[in-house]
Amino acid sequence: MSAEAIVETIRTGADIAGGGEALLSVEHLTMRFGGLVAIDDVSFQAADRRITAIIGPNGAGKTTVFNCLTGFYKPTVGRLSLHHPKGDFLLERIEGFKTAQSAGVARTFQNIRLFPRMTVLENLIVAQHNKLMRASGYTVLGLFGLKVYRDAEQQAVELARYWLERIHLTDKADNDAGSLPYGDQRRLEIARAMCTEPVLLCLDEPAAGLNARESHELNALLKYIRDEHRIGVLLIEHDMSVVMGISDHIIVLDYGRKISDGTPEQVRNDPAVIRAYLGEEEEEETGDG
Amino acid sequence: MAVAEAQHTLARPLDVPAVAKELGATGLVIFALAFGLVGFETLDVPGGIGINTRFGDVVGAVAVGVLGRLALILLREHRPKPVLFAGAPLALVVLVLLLSITLFGPETGEALKAFLPFKSPVVMWGILVVAVILVIRAGYAVTHMSSGLSPDEREAKMDRLSARVQRAAKLLGPLLLGFALVFPFLPFADRQLLDIGILVLTYIMLGWGLNIVVGLAGLLDLGYVAFYAVGAYSFALLATYQGMSFWVCLPFAGLMAATAGVLLGFPVLRLRGDYLAIVTLGFGEMIRVILLNWYSFTKGPDGISGIPRPSFFGIAEFTRSVDEGTTFADLFGLTYSPTQRIIFLFYLILALAMVVNVFTMRIRKLPVSRAWEALREDETACRALGINPRNTKLTAFGIGAMFAGFAGSFFATRQGFISPESFTFIESAVILAIVVLGGFGSQIGVVVAAILLIGLPEFFRELQQYRMLAFGMAMVLIMLWRPAGLLAHREPTIRLFGAKGKAGAGS
Repeated sequence: MSAEAIVETIRTGADIAGGGEALLSVEHLTMRFGGLVAIDDVSFQAADRRITAIIGPNGAGKTTVFNCLTGFYKPTVGRLSLHHPKGDFLLERIEGFKTAQSAGVARTFQNIRLFPRMTVLENLIVAQHNKLMRASGYTVLGLFGLKVYRDAEQQAVELARYWLERIHLTDKADNDAGSLPYGDQRRLEIARAMCTEPVLLCLDEPAAGLNARESHELNALLKYIRDEHRIGVLLIEHDMSVVMGISDHIIVLDYGRKISDGTPEQVRNDPAVIRAYLGEEEEEETGDG
Repeated sequence: MAVAEAQHTLARPLDVPAVAKELGATGLVIFALAFGLVGFETLDVPGGIGINTRFGDVVGAVAVGVLGRLALILLREHRPKPVLFAGAPLALVVLVLLLSITLFGPETGEALKAFLPFKSPVVMWGILVVAVILVIRAGYAVTHMSSGLSPDEREAKMDRLSARVQRAAKLLGPLLLGFALVFPFLPFADRQLLDIGILVLTYIMLGWGLNIVVGLAGLLDLGYVAFYAVGAYSFALLATYQGMSFWVCLPFAGLMAATAGVLLGFPVLRLRGDYLAIVTLGFGEMIRVILLNWYSFTKGPDGISGIPRPSFFGIAEFTRSVDEGTTFADLFGLTYSPTQRIIFLFYLILALAMVVNVFTMRIRKLPVSRAWEALREDETACRALGINPRNTKLTAFGIGAMFAGFAGSFFATRQGFISPESFTFIESAVILAIVVLGGFGSQIGVVVAAILLIGLPEFFRELQQYRMLAFGMAMVLIMLWRPAGLLAHREPTIRLFGAKGKAGAGS
């Protein structure tokens, strides 16, 4: 059976909690580091135009899933297929940096990774590197300052300006990214990922360290991305106000295994989840949300 | 606020035993250093080597060191007045003495020298400069009731200064270029000055080339001189074996060096930071050792001599007479002078250096250069954005190597003789020092640093044997006070609001 045929069966047979059409199918994903099993046979699907949250206690393997999806790790076992409008991609077979370049999977990091000594605008322009490289004739034509390149750069600036307005940082566009307050840096990293024009956006704890107002703003931004840009968002988060507030679909991991998968309502009442978070005794709340 | 704070601290009594301890420690350290290094001097005497003692100088060194430390302590403890009132007259006396020695010639000079603790005027001038700085700081403290700036304030101030210099560089650059263009025809530009000019320009070009690799891409390359050598040998070998002319070989030498850069870079560039530095250092030495030992091809330590001089773009030769073709002097109806070739070489290296400069200025506005800087900042984030780290780094390495290759073939044609001795590690270190001192990524900084490091030592011949010492001291001071380099200030490659709107508001 060809990869497309497999993907097709998965897609049609899918019934994803929270609705939507499957964008990402993870099947039997296993990641071992030597003797340590970080992820053990996890399968799930994430839908297009939906926000899918991956939650779980510390060390559950959430970030490892992300690293497998975005090409930083090669999974030991498993298939990660992305149903892209341009065709289907098997993410586990793509070389590291090409995951973002050709498959359109963008990510942010748990500990912010901006380019601190470059300006906010430059951060957003660097994200459009591959597009601009082609426009500059791989540097050769760009050296002569051809109009083709100048136009492409202008377009890149316009896209950057659009996202700067979304994250309310237009005024600080020419400041060094490293000089921004923490919350602004978080939002800038999301904007930078969006500037790569992805089909799947993976956010690793975007609300970590944000205050109540900032995480409210973040919720609005993520909803905007989902509804207006019509892409899938995959989210790792500990902040339950964010998770319960905006997720359409939640996957719970514990010790590298998937223990629950469903809508926020289903997950909230799942005894397995309550056990994982609060121990054996039965409690009515899963978190502070 | 600063005044109140200063007055508050002024009230603090001087802790005499602590000060004495500090002074004693300073004296001891200087004594320990000076006793061996300054106290004994080897002399050539008939039949061997004799030893001359200079204990007077040791005492002088300790005294000067302790006095300097005392001044520093007083400044730190907010007691600038004694420093000002004792230091200023002392500095003035030394200045007058030194000036009269230089002005009145050797006879009076010898008599006056007895009043100074050290015989070497260079050392005395150095001490004088430090003393004057201390006095100025004391004066500043007396008038402003504070002893200077905190490191952060100083850093911010220096960054603003660098930003101003870089903005001025838009004006200063063409001005310097204009000066360089008329320089060979100025009345004081004799052959020696022109040679220094050529040397400085060669290092400026190398500095600009390395700046792409180290300053922009952040790849610490300690073997840059290897590509310089590849360029030089490419031209020298092609010219002597194949009889090809400089103008044909120049692009070829650049290509060879770039190829060498890419070949070396390919296995090496997956390393980061210190590891990369060590491996490039090793590769730099390997190239030199190959050149040294491949006798049948490169003539090893004998070097290659008789490398042809460049012609006037293949039209005319810079010689008194030629077998065929014309001479430069005949072509323009001038009388023959050997300086004509030197002037031509000067313009040649100026043009080559300007090519590197213009190239760098342009490429900074292109995505590849932004990707270099982004890779320097965070490689992981770059991978997540779909930037190919290996290819991007290889371009930086290759382009830097290419410019070193151009400079190398110029070096070969200028010298007429090359041997592996010209391409030792110290050359890499000097070029790197120029980039570091000038400030990573700063074009005007490289010019200033090249003039300071290459040009000035040529003038101060007396410093020759202390050159590496002064060099090391300058580097230590830079690392202490301005780790990013003298004129380090990063100008954004693109702005949303234009340069005027918020100039200086960034960083």
